[in-house]
Amino acid sequence: MAEKMSPQIKRYLKRIAILMVLYLIFLFSADYLIDNEMVSGAPAYILALLAGLPVAGMFWAIGMLLIEETDEFLRMLLVRQTLIATGIAMAAASIWGFLENFGLAPHVDSYWWAIIWFGGLGVGALVNKLTLGAAGPG
Amino acid sequence: MKNRLKILRAERDWTQGDLAEALEISRQSVNAIETGKYDPSLPLAFKIADLFGMTIEQVFINEESGA
Repeated sequence: MAEKMSPQIKRYLKRIAILMVLYLIFLFSADYLIDNEMVSGAPAYILALLAGLPVAGMFWAIGMLLIEETDEFLRMLLVRQTLIATGIAMAAASIWGFLENFGLAPHVDSYWWAIIWFGGLGVGALVNKLTLGAAGPG
Repeated sequence: MKNRLKILRAERDWTQGDLAEALEISRQSVNAIETGKYDPSLPLAFKIADLFGMTIEQVFINEESGA
């Protein structure tokens, strides 16, 4: 039987949904306007910044879930997920950074480390499920 | 840490969901505690013991002391 979604998970999903919509709007706007040279200088910087801010907001949303989660076991699962994600993303960034520095690997845009971090949350959920029987909050 | 949660729950004919609701925690938490995969904090351990009208030592078994 499906369990009722907790208020903190509802808030988290709402925040993520809003941020995803903003991300898509800002990304496609920046892509279109900058690539077609319709903006330059300070407005281009602002547009590029706006594309990155919703991604930063997703880290905030996960942090807020960590603060608002009242169930101590689920909170611990989320902490484990974020630690595993951080370990994977930081290890990948460090190793790739040196490979790139020595000209042994192509350049990777740094926003990919954030994407890898989000993927790491999934790995963390899998580790939680296999070791503690539950993936995480939600 | 071992505990008697599953037995105590069964004696009262409660499901994991019933116990979770009474303790205001998730069913996953109840399951993790019952199976010994997660040791609850002291406040939650007190809450569990209080719910069954017992002391913490009557619910949780300290394997190190053998008590």
